[in-house]
Amino acid sequence: MMTELRSVGFWGTGSYLPERIMTNKELESIVDTSDEWIRTRTGIHERRIAADHEATSDLAFKAGEKALEHAGLSAEEIDLVIVGSCAFDMYLPATACLVAERLGAKKAAAFDVETACTSFIYGCAIGAQFIATGFYNKVLVIGAEVMSRIIDFQDRNTCVLFGDGAGAAVLGPVENGKGIRSIYLGADGSGGPSLLVPAGGTRLPHSLSTLEKREHFVRMNGSEVYKFAVKVMGDAALEALDRAGWKREDIDFFIPHQANQRIIDSSVKKLKIPMERVEVNLNRYGNMSAASIPVALDEAVRAGRIREGDRLMLVGFGAGLTWGSLAVHWAKPQK
Amino acid sequence: MSANIFEKVKAIVVEQLGVDEEDVNMETSFEDLNADSLDVVELVMALEEEFDIEIPDEDAEKIKTIGQAVEYIKENQ
Repeated sequence: MMTELRSVGFWGTGSYLPERIMTNKELESIVDTSDEWIRTRTGIHERRIAADHEATSDLAFKAGEKALEHAGLSAEEIDLVIVGSCAFDMYLPATACLVAERLGAKKAAAFDVETACTSFIYGCAIGAQFIATGFYNKVLVIGAEVMSRIIDFQDRNTCVLFGDGAGAAVLGPVENGKGIRSIYLGADGSGGPSLLVPAGGTRLPHSLSTLEKREHFVRMNGSEVYKFAVKVMGDAALEALDRAGWKREDIDFFIPHQANQRIIDSSVKKLKIPMERVEVNLNRYGNMSAASIPVALDEAVRAGRIREGDRLMLVGFGAGLTWGSLAVHWAKPQK
Repeated sequence: MSANIFEKVKAIVVEQLGVDEEDVNMETSFEDLNADSLDVVELVMALEEEFDIEIPDEDAEKIKTIGQAVEYIKENQ
């Protein structure tokens, strides 16, 4: 065990989006909605939908494989696999075990993290601790979701919002003073009822009645979640900035959770961050919950927009309610 | 008192919804100003901040006009 904490950063990123595109127009034939309504209220134009044979671990595996390749590592070099999601393959085993096995990460420990849309941020925060202490060297964190299986396509207030996808990142040691400079996590269970899947757990096990009432699908109080999101996005970003000793003008890239364009606009305006520094993929993918942030990160990294020395602010929020933010000074792997 | 609250509410509505001052009076409804449900949520948040009050969802749903908003703030401030 090392006594001094090591700096932890991102060695590589990867993402996978299912091929099938579902447009707003297609949703018009499923629920009473319109392309115009969805665009103006949410900013979403289309989303991806997993194929019938694809489960969350399939998406997670593909994103994880790309992240490993990007980091120049083989699966055997990974010490820990964390999958963040709210739509796992099964109740048990943990999806992370299935993904580790498929990747061939034979010496890795594996577990899932469930803080809904904040799961990737929580996953990175957890993984970073193991590396900082020297307990582990490389951790694969994946945010993966097949939201289309847990949303109600009879509920126009929720089914238009979500999409399927997976994003991954390999965490490892970086030059001292670089990498993840601050972490802020939070939770408030009093807001639990505003975004939930009521049935299927020990509180309300599945039954014919819960199926008939469609209680096995996501339910959301939109206005409450909206208020929470706008407030917490600004607060979480400012807290992580403060902890890192950065000022808001230091942020080169702001990567917010992608729930609604108007939440992003409103919080960015409050934070006074120029829109060109904000990564947005919501228009193409909808809200992919735990996958939204890592997919946005991977796209920006691979497009060459994020370079060594850039300062990133990642902010997530979701059911729980939960929230979390990371201030990251982008740095090269220290091999 | 009411006049003062009205001026503050008007300023927030003009800023949040991007409408002209002349179009906002006590009788104006949020619907008249083409505010959708999310605009109203943001407006409520801005009013809560400005007047340091909490407007629960069930109360917010009943507020349809500028006058009703001014009245609500007066009673709850």
